[in-house]
Amino acid sequence: MNDYILEMKNITKEYPGVKALDNVNLQVKHGEIHSLVGENGAGKSTLMNVLSGTIPFGQYTGDIIYNGQKCEFRNIHDSEKLGIVIIHQELALIPELTIAENMFLGNERKTALGYIDWTETYRAAGEEMKKVGLKETPDVLIKDIGTGKQQLVEIAKALSKNVKLLILDEPTSSLNEEDSKMLLDMLLDFKKQGLTAIIITHKLNEVAYVSDRITVIRDGSTIETLDNSDHKINEERIIRGMVGRELTSRYPEREHNISDEVLFEAKDWTVYHPIYTDKCVVKNVSFKVRRGEVVGFSGLQGAGRTELAMSLFGKSYGSKISGKEFINGKEVHLKNERDSIRHGLAYVTEDRKTNGLVLSDTIARNTTMARLEKVTGFCNVVNENKEKEVAEEYVKAMRTKTPSISQDVGNLSGGNQQKVLLSKWLFADPDVLILDEPSRGIDVGAKYEIYCIINEMVTQGKAVVMISSELPELLGMSDRIYVMNEGRMVGELETKDATQEKIMSIILKSDKE
Amino acid sequence: MKVSTFIKKYTMVLALFVVFVFFSVLTGGRMLLAQNISNLLLQNAYVLVMACGMLLCILTGGNVDLSVGSTLCLSAASAGQVMAHGGSMGMAILVALVIALIIGICQGFLIGRVHIPPFICTLAGMFLYRGIARAVLDSQTVSIQDESYLNLFTSYIQIPGFDVRRHCTSALITGIVLAVLITLIFVYNKRKNGGMSKGSMIKIAIIDALIVFYGYKLSQYQGIPVMLLWILGIVLIFGFLTQYTAFGRYFYAVGGNEKATKLSGIDPRKVYFWAYLLMSVLAGFAGLLVSARIGAVDGNMGNSYEMDAIASCFIGGASAYGGSGNIGGVMIGAILLGVINQGMSIYGLPDQWQYVVKGAVLLTAVIFDVVSNHKTGKS
Repeated sequence: MNDYILEMKNITKEYPGVKALDNVNLQVKHGEIHSLVGENGAGKSTLMNVLSGTIPFGQYTGDIIYNGQKCEFRNIHDSEKLGIVIIHQELALIPELTIAENMFLGNERKTALGYIDWTETYRAAGEEMKKVGLKETPDVLIKDIGTGKQQLVEIAKALSKNVKLLILDEPTSSLNEEDSKMLLDMLLDFKKQGLTAIIITHKLNEVAYVSDRITVIRDGSTIETLDNSDHKINEERIIRGMVGRELTSRYPEREHNISDEVLFEAKDWTVYHPIYTDKCVVKNVSFKVRRGEVVGFSGLQGAGRTELAMSLFGKSYGSKISGKEFINGKEVHLKNERDSIRHGLAYVTEDRKTNGLVLSDTIARNTTMARLEKVTGFCNVVNENKEKEVAEEYVKAMRTKTPSISQDVGNLSGGNQQKVLLSKWLFADPDVLILDEPSRGIDVGAKYEIYCIINEMVTQGKAVVMISSELPELLGMSDRIYVMNEGRMVGELETKDATQEKIMSIILKSDKE
Repeated sequence: MKVSTFIKKYTMVLALFVVFVFFSVLTGGRMLLAQNISNLLLQNAYVLVMACGMLLCILTGGNVDLSVGSTLCLSAASAGQVMAHGGSMGMAILVALVIALIIGICQGFLIGRVHIPPFICTLAGMFLYRGIARAVLDSQTVSIQDESYLNLFTSYIQIPGFDVRRHCTSALITGIVLAVLITLIFVYNKRKNGGMSKGSMIKIAIIDALIVFYGYKLSQYQGIPVMLLWILGIVLIFGFLTQYTAFGRYFYAVGGNEKATKLSGIDPRKVYFWAYLLMSVLAGFAGLLVSARIGAVDGNMGNSYEMDAIASCFIGGASAYGGSGNIGGVMIGAILLGVINQGMSIYGLPDQWQYVVKGAVLLTAVIFDVVSNHKTGKS
């Protein structure tokens, strides 16, 4: 009996023109948590799609050996039957259905007569939910619970399918630190009960914390498998494998050249929920951003940071907005997004797919979208040659990996989409750029490049507001950090005095007030 | 270019060619008679015109306008009644277009600002305007006698002394001049952007040949129809709008991702507003064309015309989810439908079977579109 639950041998998958996977090998032991790391587009998700049968047998070459048996999965049902369950980065839950309905979707509990047994459905759902520590009742709608809890529902759903090998694709990318920690601890708990898991993640501290072994993939090939049984692996060691070179620093240096001039200011900003108009989501928030400064915004999920940013950006969120907004010392009343862009304030969304990009349009068209008038001439006619030049320029500056600027953005990997999104807003040429989770779900190499771009902006005398749930990133990049909790501003720190512990304690203290 | 990608790219053009040849053979060449060639576009003028507007609606997210058949009838009815009561041609056209404009503003406002789902809003409009049109007509058929009105839309360009009924050489000359012009512009552009490929040379040669052939056929039957110029004008304007202007690009953006579009400083409400406004105005204009061609207006005019416009868009490759499609493709779709219609009529296929064939063609086109996009699309 060998101790591998899963062996993937010499997996090769070609798309027209690209070799997505080139003789990849992956070996996972019984009862371990195995991390799969690599840059965006390295082939991690493709490999998992091969394993789960999303890419059916025949469309790749190589062998999958699961529990000593050679497997040929033709679809997801084949792999699920054997207890291999994949949870994708974009959760596959239906917002308008209840937790229980979602949990047994496609796997309904039926009576002898073939119709759905609701009593059994809700009873079984409750049972699985207990295992993941969900205290909601099974009849709550998915849209009424947070992302963190939705993630738990996905896991409970996997458990209900008798999972033996659980694959999690970026499970914590949209969770804050607290929820992430909880999720990882839960996985460690399941591990003790004999569950095997493969985790794809970009968060290296989590990799070190949770995994027993780590496989590094780069450009479609396996680079190495590292042992981490003592959970002490050096993050720099993993990065070296991923990018093939040593990154000297994860946060690029910049000259701190902050002038006294206040470029943007908000005073007593208050926002109510757009639908439940008596629920206050941002309460009397005031803050300042100086020319040449990177200001970080820290806080837990639901602290109101995104709501604050979007409401400042031409009232694109909320109702009953009150307070004052100043750009360059002058009070402005931004009616809508367009007005905001014209005044030099831009907001880069945290959700590039839903709110950021037109995935069915080309890179060129997306790049110019927020300020199309810069490439239009007489009668609003778009100068396509000029547009092409601009797009080429940004692709080069950002090092966006793409065959051409006429590629649809939907065909790019996450990190490259993020670069296009940033290009779009840099092209809009704002003085104040609000970045909402700019490095979510992208790899270290791309992160570093995005940090460099932020640095360049502030050296040009602009200002950047960075909302982030990753504390190391905030500490590494910002000059000053504001802390928000439950819609209120609860603290302000100079970065040189700030630590992760201090920020967390500010948040926790404010909870008690 | 590989054969498979070529076929994928020009599927509908090839389909059009095959269908045309098929019907030409089936009808023993009657399809190719000058009169039939000339009538092909004129008979389908309403589809060609309305499909331009319908494309805008569909681009915004697969939304359609079901009311256009009724709008067409109402505007035609108003024009007819104005003239029947002694109004001038100018008056009639003005009244018809203003009515269409008002309908467009109302629907655009309701859909864009009030967020009434387009399907429901225009379904209501379909009943509403049909009813009003019948009321305007007093349930009668109104015939149009005004010569200047009929001439404005249905006459043929014949240069006195130069053209005679069956030998309107001016049409042929125009065709040749046009072909030469297109070739020159094409060569100039290619020179500027470097290099002509063999494929594009063949393409331009085929286009030239078709234009000259069309001009020749027109010259054998009364010359260039004025209505053709109207159609061409509309199609060119809308082709230009959608392809080359910022205004046109917003329709694609909204259909691709409305939220992202809004956050980029483009107001989707305005985009919806303009789509439905332009659609209604085009429907009104199509009303003028159809009424002039038939020479009379009745309460059933334009029945199910909306479906022809919608079908052309989908056959022409517009996405049922919005965000993609272009005027060129839609025109091919419309002409394909037209060829099938005309071919079946000439052949004398019974009405019931004509419906079956049209349905099958639409379904095949959309299935093909979905399947081929799925394969070439995301991994």
